[in-house]
Amino acid sequence: MLRNLARLGRYRGLIQSLVARELKARYRGSVLGFFWSFFNPLLLLLVYSFVFTYVMTSRNDVRIEPYALFMFCGILPWTWFSSSLIESSGVLISGGNLIKKVLFPAEILPIVTVLANMIHYFFGLVILAGFLIWYQRPLNVSELALFPIVVLVQLVLTTAFALILSALTVHFRDIRDILSNLLTFWFFATPIIYPYFFFNDPSNPDKVVWQATLLKLNPFTHLAVTYQEILFFNGPVGHLKWLLVLGVISIGFFLFAYWVFDRLRDTFAEEV
Amino acid sequence: MNAIEVVNATKIYRRFGHKRQFATLKSALLRGSLIRDLKPDETFTAIRDVSFTVPAGRTLGVIGRNGSGKSTMLKLVAGITKPTHGSVRVNGRISALIELGAGFHPEISGRENVFINGIMLGLSKREVARRFDEIVDFAELKDFIDAPVKTYSSGMYMRLGFAVAIHVDPDVLLVDEVLAVGDEGFTHKCLDKFAEFKRRGKTILLVTHALPMVERFCDEALWLDHGEKKGLGDPKRIVGAYITDVEVSEEAQLAASDARVQESTVAVSPDEPASAVLPDHPVETAAAPSNMFQAAEGRWGSREVEIVEVTLSSGGGDRGHVFHSGDPLDIRIRLRAPLPIEDFVVGLGLFNAEGVCCYGTNTNLEDYTSQRLQGDAEVTFTIASLDLVEGTYKVDVAVHRLDGYPYDYHRLLYTFRVKSRTKDVGIYRPPHEWRFSEGIKLTRASGGA
Repeated sequence: MLRNLARLGRYRGLIQSLVARELKARYRGSVLGFFWSFFNPLLLLLVYSFVFTYVMTSRNDVRIEPYALFMFCGILPWTWFSSSLIESSGVLISGGNLIKKVLFPAEILPIVTVLANMIHYFFGLVILAGFLIWYQRPLNVSELALFPIVVLVQLVLTTAFALILSALTVHFRDIRDILSNLLTFWFFATPIIYPYFFFNDPSNPDKVVWQATLLKLNPFTHLAVTYQEILFFNGPVGHLKWLLVLGVISIGFFLFAYWVFDRLRDTFAEEV
Repeated sequence: MNAIEVVNATKIYRRFGHKRQFATLKSALLRGSLIRDLKPDETFTAIRDVSFTVPAGRTLGVIGRNGSGKSTMLKLVAGITKPTHGSVRVNGRISALIELGAGFHPEISGRENVFINGIMLGLSKREVARRFDEIVDFAELKDFIDAPVKTYSSGMYMRLGFAVAIHVDPDVLLVDEVLAVGDEGFTHKCLDKFAEFKRRGKTILLVTHALPMVERFCDEALWLDHGEKKGLGDPKRIVGAYITDVEVSEEAQLAASDARVQESTVAVSPDEPASAVLPDHPVETAAAPSNMFQAAEGRWGSREVEIVEVTLSSGGGDRGHVFHSGDPLDIRIRLRAPLPIEDFVVGLGLFNAEGVCCYGTNTNLEDYTSQRLQGDAEVTFTIASLDLVEGTYKVDVAVHRLDGYPYDYHRLLYTFRVKSRTKDVGIYRPPHEWRFSEGIKLTRASGGA
């Protein structure tokens, strides 16, 4: 397993060009290809902004104004995460030709999916940066320095999920359908369209709300909250220690996922 | 040094989930069989204990029937699948022409695909760049290289795939039946490229059904049958043995279909007295067709004379169904007439697979006048030299009255196959020879017929 993992390094060039191919193919399909790929998160953004600003005004909170910006900080990484999972669950089946006919380590396919979506996310960040400047949000440079760490943790976590899902979907084809439903739940169980402190008020640490405990069990909570703290909220990144815990767990999970993938590797060429 | 070493390789394919096409997670969770569903529950041995080595610079041809494990062997050597037992070792860079253009992405241009495919096959970006023009030239796609691959015809697609794979400059080239990718000119170019590989001391493993190519091109041949090594060695010898084996099994197949005909013949001929047989005896398989030259197979007639059995054999030997061009052929017809018959004609015809009558005759045409037929009798029609080209032939056998009223007509019920080392064409091979005058010189391969 470790030898296979080390071998991946040699395929850097291939991963690079496959990611490039993936992005090119995605943006080439239509004139507005690039725009379309952000259409979905932007639409979500519009709907939720409207609902929370004009319809369900009771929970409005000055701390999350402007709301659209707050939500954008969380939705972008979520899009990276969820589309990576959805796409990678089918990637071994659709790439079956490669696995069967070319000598080619199969884990490259889910990894490429995750990386392509990451680049996509970076493009989204450019738009986010535009918004930040538009609203003249103050950004703290020392906080921004933490940004790569969050991205790294998310990368490890997402890749782990992608590996395990892609391998299992070869055997259980309904994972894709289950997954898309599950991700909808997951989205609402993550503080993206609402702030984490609704349930976990830092000014009142003794008051433990059960929702907060649940949210803490959700790994994506820690990513979303850290993103928001870095990009949106003023003040210190209080969630950092949780992020580091998540980082360690993600590495463990990644190794487990790779192990599962490695164990099932030989079955791919025969099953897809 | 050996380029390829395969030692006692066995490949067992596992099948998952009998009785269902895909497992679903839902059912796995409901039945608590998550781990069990990931375990194979049926196995199939594609390769059984095969060993061989190919020294560097040699060309090995792998032959065998469909499903004999040839492609699996190639995948094992390519490293795409691992042997279940045993080991496979390859020294040097491999390029496998298994499926051409397997990694092409339809949306992006040929140019970008060449790069990605090249990198996938083990080149670096710079190496691809250096060979790029050569690849495009070889594929004859200069004008289309910047168009998306989805606009290519399948021939263009394959040519580009082939061009990339062959320019990887492998030490070991694996080829799986991919020479049918282009027009005549392109095929020649591919063969030239293979020859160049050979000259440069590269190792080639060739899986093919084109036996002449194995004989001409390979240093050694490996014959796989049902996943087992049936022979390894001199290509001429192995190919010969393989052809013989194929004939034997074709023989068995034809014998089986023949047995079915005989069976039905027996089944439809009740042992009733001929007096009970009326002229308009209901026929079993077909009414006498209006056009004798377009009739389908079948049997009809009054059965006042019955054809009990028809056997084909060569030179007085046992019954057979596969003969070689130039062999003698005996067609033996056993007749039975319960009551004496005085007016009868025995005839037969040979038809090729397209239904063209190659030859037809009867006793009347050859000036025999019938006198008497009663009880069991046997007629033998001997062809001294079966001068037919290779193919499958069917035989018509009939006994009828001089005026055409059928006693028993067997239409295209008997099949035999003619094999020939010479792949000449037509429906008939007149006995012939070539003579050459002074000033013209030809040499002949010893293997020719």
